[in-house]
Amino acid sequence: MWGFLKRPVVVTADINLSLVALTGMGLLSRLWRLTYPRAVVFDEVYYGQYISFYMKQIFFLDDSGPPFGHMVLALGGYLGGFDGNFLWNRIGAEYSSNVPVWSLRLLPALAGALSVPMAYQIVLELHFSHCAAMGAALLMLIENALITQSRLMLLESVLIFFNLLAVLSYLKFFNCQKHSPFSLSWWFWLTLTGVACSCAVGIKYMGVFTYVLVLGVAAVHAWHLLGDQTLSNVCVFCHLLARAVALLVIPVVLYLLFFYVHLILVFRSGPHDQIMSSAFQASLEGGLARITQGQPLEVAFGSQVTLRNVFGKPVPCWLHSHQDTYPMIYENGRGSSHQQQVTCYPFKDVNNWWIVKDPRRHQLVVSSPPRPVRHGDMVQLVHGMTTRSLNTHDVAAPLSPHSQEVSCYIDYNISMPAQNLWRLEIVNRGSDTDVWKTILSEVRFVHVNTSAVLKLSRGYHGSTVWNVEEHRYGASQEQRERERELHSPAQVDVSRNLSFMARFSELQWRMLALRSDDSEHKYSSSPLEWVTLDTNIAYWLHPRTSAQIHLLGNIVIWVSGSLALAIYALLSLWYLLRRRRNVHDLPQDAWLRWVLAGALCAGGWAVNYLPFFLMEKTLFLYHYLPALTFQILLLPVVLQHISDHLCRSQLQRSIFSALVVAWYSSACHVSNTLRPLTYGDKSLSPHELKALRWKDSWDILIRKH
Amino acid sequence: MPPATGGGLAESELRPRRGRCGPQAARAAGRDVAAEAVARSPKRPAWGSRRFEAVGWWALLALVTLLSFATRFHRLDEPPHICWDETHFGKMGSYYINRTFFFDVHPPLGKMLIGLAGYLSGYDGTFLFQKPGDKYEHHSYMGMRGFCAFLGSWLVPFAYLTVLDLSKSLSAALLTAALLTFDTGCLTLSQYILLDPILMFFIMAAMLSMVKYNSCADRPFSAPWWFWLSLTGVSLAGALGVKFVGLFIILQVGLNTIADLWYLFGDLSLSLVTVGKHLTARVLCLIVLPLALYTATFAVHFMVLSKSGPGDGFFSSAFQARLSGNNLHNASIPEHLAYGSVITVKNLRMAIGYLHSHRHLYPEGIGARQQQVTTYLHKDYNNLWIIKKHNTNSDPLDPSFPVEFVRHGDIIRLEHKETSRNLHSHYHEAPMTRKHYQVTGYGINGTGDSNDFWRIEVVNRKFGNRIKVLRSRIRFIHLVTGCVLGSSGKVLPKWGWEQLEVTCTPYLKETLNSIWNVEDHINPKLPNISLDVLQPSFPEILLESHMVMIRGNSGLKPKDNEFTSKPWHWPINYQGLRFSGVNDTDFRVYLLGNPVVWWLNLLSIALYLLSGSIIAVAMQRGARLPAEVAALAIMTPILWIRKPRNHEIKKLAPGHTARLSQVLLRGGGQVLLGWTLHYFPFFLMGRVLYFHHYFPAMLFSSMLTGILWDTLLRLCAWGLASWPLARGIHVAGILSLLLGTAYSFYLFHPLAYGMVGPLAQDPQSPMAGLRWLDSWDF
Repeated sequence: MWGFLKRPVVVTADINLSLVALTGMGLLSRLWRLTYPRAVVFDEVYYGQYISFYMKQIFFLDDSGPPFGHMVLALGGYLGGFDGNFLWNRIGAEYSSNVPVWSLRLLPALAGALSVPMAYQIVLELHFSHCAAMGAALLMLIENALITQSRLMLLESVLIFFNLLAVLSYLKFFNCQKHSPFSLSWWFWLTLTGVACSCAVGIKYMGVFTYVLVLGVAAVHAWHLLGDQTLSNVCVFCHLLARAVALLVIPVVLYLLFFYVHLILVFRSGPHDQIMSSAFQASLEGGLARITQGQPLEVAFGSQVTLRNVFGKPVPCWLHSHQDTYPMIYENGRGSSHQQQVTCYPFKDVNNWWIVKDPRRHQLVVSSPPRPVRHGDMVQLVHGMTTRSLNTHDVAAPLSPHSQEVSCYIDYNISMPAQNLWRLEIVNRGSDTDVWKTILSEVRFVHVNTSAVLKLSRGYHGSTVWNVEEHRYGASQEQRERERELHSPAQVDVSRNLSFMARFSELQWRMLALRSDDSEHKYSSSPLEWVTLDTNIAYWLHPRTSAQIHLLGNIVIWVSGSLALAIYALLSLWYLLRRRRNVHDLPQDAWLRWVLAGALCAGGWAVNYLPFFLMEKTLFLYHYLPALTFQILLLPVVLQHISDHLCRSQLQRSIFSALVVAWYSSACHVSNTLRPLTYGDKSLSPHELKALRWKDSWDILIRKH
Repeated sequence: MPPATGGGLAESELRPRRGRCGPQAARAAGRDVAAEAVARSPKRPAWGSRRFEAVGWWALLALVTLLSFATRFHRLDEPPHICWDETHFGKMGSYYINRTFFFDVHPPLGKMLIGLAGYLSGYDGTFLFQKPGDKYEHHSYMGMRGFCAFLGSWLVPFAYLTVLDLSKSLSAALLTAALLTFDTGCLTLSQYILLDPILMFFIMAAMLSMVKYNSCADRPFSAPWWFWLSLTGVSLAGALGVKFVGLFIILQVGLNTIADLWYLFGDLSLSLVTVGKHLTARVLCLIVLPLALYTATFAVHFMVLSKSGPGDGFFSSAFQARLSGNNLHNASIPEHLAYGSVITVKNLRMAIGYLHSHRHLYPEGIGARQQQVTTYLHKDYNNLWIIKKHNTNSDPLDPSFPVEFVRHGDIIRLEHKETSRNLHSHYHEAPMTRKHYQVTGYGINGTGDSNDFWRIEVVNRKFGNRIKVLRSRIRFIHLVTGCVLGSSGKVLPKWGWEQLEVTCTPYLKETLNSIWNVEDHINPKLPNISLDVLQPSFPEILLESHMVMIRGNSGLKPKDNEFTSKPWHWPINYQGLRFSGVNDTDFRVYLLGNPVVWWLNLLSIALYLLSGSIIAVAMQRGARLPAEVAALAIMTPILWIRKPRNHEIKKLAPGHTARLSQVLLRGGGQVLLGWTLHYFPFFLMGRVLYFHHYFPAMLFSSMLTGILWDTLLRLCAWGLASWPLARGIHVAGILSLLLGTAYSFYLFHPLAYGMVGPLAQDPQSPMAGLRWLDSWDF
């Protein structure tokens, strides 16, 4: 005790000034004039919508990625006090004063800025020199495409940040492993790896690629650990268990957590409701819940219902009929029954109402007490507005001649009797009860005479399963009165709660299944064009001057990155072949370093790039940026390797260093030349713009006056 | 079967061998030690009964082959009508006999062989093969079916020999042979005029010869070694020549060869020159030879199919000029485009067709209500357009005017000949591709507005050049909106007669969709030149037909109302394919694997992976494995991928190391690799998939089952009891598996041989009670 009185309190701090300087420069390059341009730039128009939804807490569905990314952006809006009131309708629209542009763009910019010192750290942790690490960080700093992408309200820079964080923390963990397993920092870095991986996946599905890479490297290291016979079995088991928990369990839990938070945040109904199932919609505030509130749970004989097909793609629809009849003869010469048409109609309409009738009674109202309809009961479905009952018979259906026609029966007195009995099958009935429930029950109607099943055809994918969406007990036997009843809005209050897992699985499934029209886009490109930077994207053009922002990389860095990759591959092949013939060019530790650096950097490039060749969606240049960062990490590694192991004399080494310096200054020069297109701060003359168009395939906007 | 096939094993054990140089001799000696170890192991009889064993060996092989042929040829003529895809492949066989040109997404070898078989068996190519269910009547179809069944029958002996070579165990080989013989799916697929039996024949032949040449590795450059190596190459060419799925077996052989070369390269006792020789031999036999054969099949294909036929429209205009009967064949047309010419314009992308218009308007609500413009694959007078100057409407064919050529960059107007409307575009959205502009026919008698003006451009040319018929790749740029005329390739609904949509795309991307060429060209004022000069060379034809095939394959997207099968359905035998018949009065054949065999296969894969990983982990932890467990390790893929390190081998029981190192490289891991390569790529394919795509993978998985159960049974038996009893357990186990599969075949054979009568729900049906899954519809 009181020891501090006797001895002075001393704090010794190690400050790596270069790291501080790098962070400072990173922040400067990414945050400088962040609010400029004060207009919607490119995909901001797309992410902005979702931020607004978050601010207004309205439910939405986006198939581009899990919700964490959108939530990060929305956090910026929340911190800036954004109220969500902005119409995100076109690129270039001026932001109104209520939009906190600076704080919206802040988080991606910070992520972009912090990637610079992280590159430094990663190369150091790979046991390469301080100089190489500085090189990697400086390249990240001046890469124009990364700057552009970080300075806007977009997700790539955040994704890159978490990718790098995952790799960095895995390396730190791996280096801890050698001297102090199970220490506090060991646990910290291991957990951080898992967290960073799941964050990366949570931002975009693309993050999975880096996750797989880290898992793969971890698996190889674990395999080596297995072979280490100095460790006891228990110890090995503990090691494996710790890795499994941190790298498999934590990411899954976090991923679920993202969705949990997401669903808590967006609880109001919104424009994307209709894609979801009725049960899901009912769990949202407003929307369907408002309509379905207070409707009776159990469908009874005499109930008035709307029947929605469960297969809601691309739009949901309800069983519908109307006064019109099928044409006597179709265009292709086939005949029909000429009875009333039955369709599936994607809009709410009074003609969507059907009455569940007991075939043995005549009344169309609910008796008291109501007699609930159960699984296996025989029912007739009477169309509310026309009082004709749902019928099917051995007549070819209009569009699918192999199926039976479904109609509302009109008695023409032509020896075609009504066949309007249907047996109800509840597909998802519980073990305890078999009552037909509103919204919850998914039912099938089996025709009694022919055993056919009522189906929405829409090709093979149609579905035979329906559920009741709106429901009320019918009270009027008389037709006129009933029509009035049908026209009046359905009434009113218990929200039906769906468990989180049910909501999560439905949401996740819809997100994966939703296929947006893969249309070509003016700036879409193919993966082959990325490596050599044959394409760019015009992000924004000043409404009056020719100041403009482009996603355009530093061509020197892109080309030399690809070259470094090729050199790495060739050298590795050469070393491998030589080692196979028992010629060891590199000392063992240098070889291991070289392999690990390649596995993470070249491997990172490969996993983030090659899968795009298999994808059929519309691709853009910015999809390449994560792969590019890994290439940038590889560059100094290769350079240092050449200087250390391939330059034989001091003279060669000096010449090589001079070359590297010259190369780096040219990269700086290119970066500076392209700066007006990166920041969009300077209006260039058409002549200057033309001079910047180094490749014919670059699309630089030149105003005609 | 040629004696050489069986020679590999028998010979190698009967005759003492001389290696070429020291290390090989040493290795050969090592192998003899291994053979001795094998011989001494309890399952082998003593040296004295070698002759007897050889006879037994041949007898077993003959029995397996005979049984396979008997099952495949039994009731081959039934049903006497077209079943399933016979309608395609039979038809294509007929095309070869009739020498008419057609298009198919698969390479030609399989169909050529079918055609040849038909030709030799007296089929005259007159049957139309219109749709499944059509009766063959007097047409001779048994030659083609017999040929397919003949190739399909070889699968069983091939698999038998492969497994025998890999595992050196008769019981494993017998089990595999039984699984395949008694699988109703393999049987059904072998009995009809299909590509699959031919494809599987080549795949299994390649696998067998690869395994055989691996086992000749101790005698490199000997005659059997060369024989098997080149036979591998030939089979690879055959597999690829039948379907592109053959690429998977090529990949497998490639991986095997790389591993092999890597191993040789690391053998420091071999000089680099020797390694170079090895490399050259493999390049010659596995790359050059197959490529040459593959190209040769195409040469034959183009030589045989010399008449115009249904496939013309899929190919470029220049290509069509080769085909007799095509209107471009021996035709002579004016070479350069001039004003007043009547032309047809063809899209360069495959299967888009000609620019077309007709007297029907776009329906209400879809853009402007003007005349439709579409693309159409068939030749038709509505494809004719007249090329005119944009500013005058005078008739350029008037003899008093001089001929004026159209040049790159000119502003033109295209008038539809039949309806005298101009090709027109405007700022309305296109019917299907909403981001593009609508293209219509507009104006009366050639008088329209400025939206009818198009700039004609030749890709990669300078301004002012003339435009060549057929050769020039041209683009039409709409003057007012700046968009490019193209076809999206989407099918219009009923109102558009299911022709393809034509749009004007504002995105100036270089895609073939927006590039056209002029095909027919009529201009009486110009001299005609013969088109023969335009004929493409063979490499060009080869390249083009591959492009067309690849696009055709990727174009086989599932339509909305089509039944599609998912790859995960396959191994669990989830759903079969109806080959023939639907109702209870029809003769029904249903392609479905024998569920007992398939589910056993599935179980075996899981068991294999489980035991493999347990053993791998145990070995990595340095556990000392008992000898028999080590034998199971033969099959672990991890060990297959890399040579076991010395210390690992030492951990195994002494005496078995030699045998292990011999057999390790060719164990069950190879078979598992084959299954993986023939199955998982389908998950990445976007095209329509069918159940029968799984069958090559199924062959591999049956081989794995044979190897696995034999080893497992041995392991259990020797773990439990001393050797006479153990041998009894082993034999009993194998026998019960054999009888079990045979009995299941007895139960399910009506699926393959056909059934008449009530459907399976009915207790009267032959299949009553056998519909174990609801998804089977028989």
